[in-house]
Amino acid sequence: MNHWDWSAVTDFMPTFWDGLLVTLQVLVLGSLLSFTLGLVWAIGYRGPRWVRWPVNAVTEFIRNTPLLVQLFFFYFVLPEWGVQASALTTGTLAIGLHYSTYTAQVYRAGIDAVPAGQWEAATALSLPVPRTWFAVILPQAIRRIVPALGNYVISMLKDTPLLMAIGVLEMLQQARLASAQTFQYAEPLTVVGVAFILIAYPASLLMRALERRLVR
Amino acid sequence: MSADPTPHELIRFDNVTKRFGDNTVLDNLCFSVETGKHVTLIGPSGSGKTTILRLLMTLVKPDEGVISVNGGRLFPADEKEVREVRKNIGMVFQQFNLFPHMNVLRNVTEAPVRVLGMSKDEAAERAKGLLDLVGLGDKQDMRPTQLSGGQQQRVAIARALAMRPQVLLLDEVTSALDPELVAGVLDVLRDIARTTDITMLCVTHEMNFARDISDDVLMFDAGRVIESGSPEKIFSDPEHERTREFLGAVL
Repeated sequence: MNHWDWSAVTDFMPTFWDGLLVTLQVLVLGSLLSFTLGLVWAIGYRGPRWVRWPVNAVTEFIRNTPLLVQLFFFYFVLPEWGVQASALTTGTLAIGLHYSTYTAQVYRAGIDAVPAGQWEAATALSLPVPRTWFAVILPQAIRRIVPALGNYVISMLKDTPLLMAIGVLEMLQQARLASAQTFQYAEPLTVVGVAFILIAYPASLLMRALERRLVR
Repeated sequence: MSADPTPHELIRFDNVTKRFGDNTVLDNLCFSVETGKHVTLIGPSGSGKTTILRLLMTLVKPDEGVISVNGGRLFPADEKEVREVRKNIGMVFQQFNLFPHMNVLRNVTEAPVRVLGMSKDEAAERAKGLLDLVGLGDKQDMRPTQLSGGQQQRVAIARALAMRPQVLLLDEVTSALDPELVAGVLDVLRDIARTTDITMLCVTHEMNFARDISDDVLMFDAGRVIESGSPEKIFSDPEHERTREFLGAVL
């Protein structure tokens, strides 16, 4: 067994920072996409049948097929139909879309937990439908689900290495490239593992703080 | 203000039927309420009283029949007409249903600002007046959860009145309250009944209150009005056997 080589760590660091930046970019944009789209799906679940049915079909399909298959599909098949984007863009959209089907379930649970009387009061006051959603229902629903949404952000972080399959230069891909040149695997992989902990753990602390603030 | 000497029919039900599954809650119901009248609906539970209020508030739809308010249709009608007609109707619920994430003032100003297009300042000014009316002028910055049930219900009354409804629906508004808080809410409603010209439709088990404020009492049984008349008549000399039984049980 080789000894731990600090110089291998030092050599890896410049490309590691590049990889970290890409991972964080995927995470932030992917989360925002999953929060927004998930909300759209969740509102669709409450719509009339001609909205509810297709939304259900699409989200169930995406939720029950692997992210990796979707990544390959978006990256290799869509260009054949003339839809082309960079690996990074494709990967971010795919992971955001995939996770939106999870956040949709979270939103749905939060929305269902708002008492029927709140909808009735909004109707009795003639509040317009969008106002009922955004001023009455969602503020009450989202408070309760922030921790659950946060957990999906952390899950998503841990799924970002899947994007290396379509060549996105995120942390793990950078580690693999570095190792392939030097045949020193332990050091870059350890750096990446530590980086995941250093992001995920504070993130979970932040979620807990938000939970204390919001879930009263 | 009322120059029109002939009584004006404000609410009208024509052959309204409402079923929940196999259970026919309202059976070909016809009745009407004149402008400014205070009408109390009494009867055993499950006799369809609350359903009438919920139909008027468009929280449920009838299976058959015609419901109109102030000449406009609530059913059958398209969404646009429903929205227009519904603005004239306000409701106070058994469980208050205040918005828990808004303070008291915002609960009262939200709809006037968003639905009537009132300016925030004007809505706040009027809301303060209404909160004073219900005896809660000093509570405008509190959250609903910081108030007692009776105080919450009085905020809910102020919230409904802020929309200047022609019709106020009161759905067992004291049933969820601790006994010592009932009087405060009923006093506020007596006050409103005496000092405004709002038409009131009231479902209640508070027979003394019903006697005080009502112009008419409608006795329901099995989805039909079996007897109606002045409170004096209904409460002291009911004609129908079922009415006598019911009053005997609750009085």
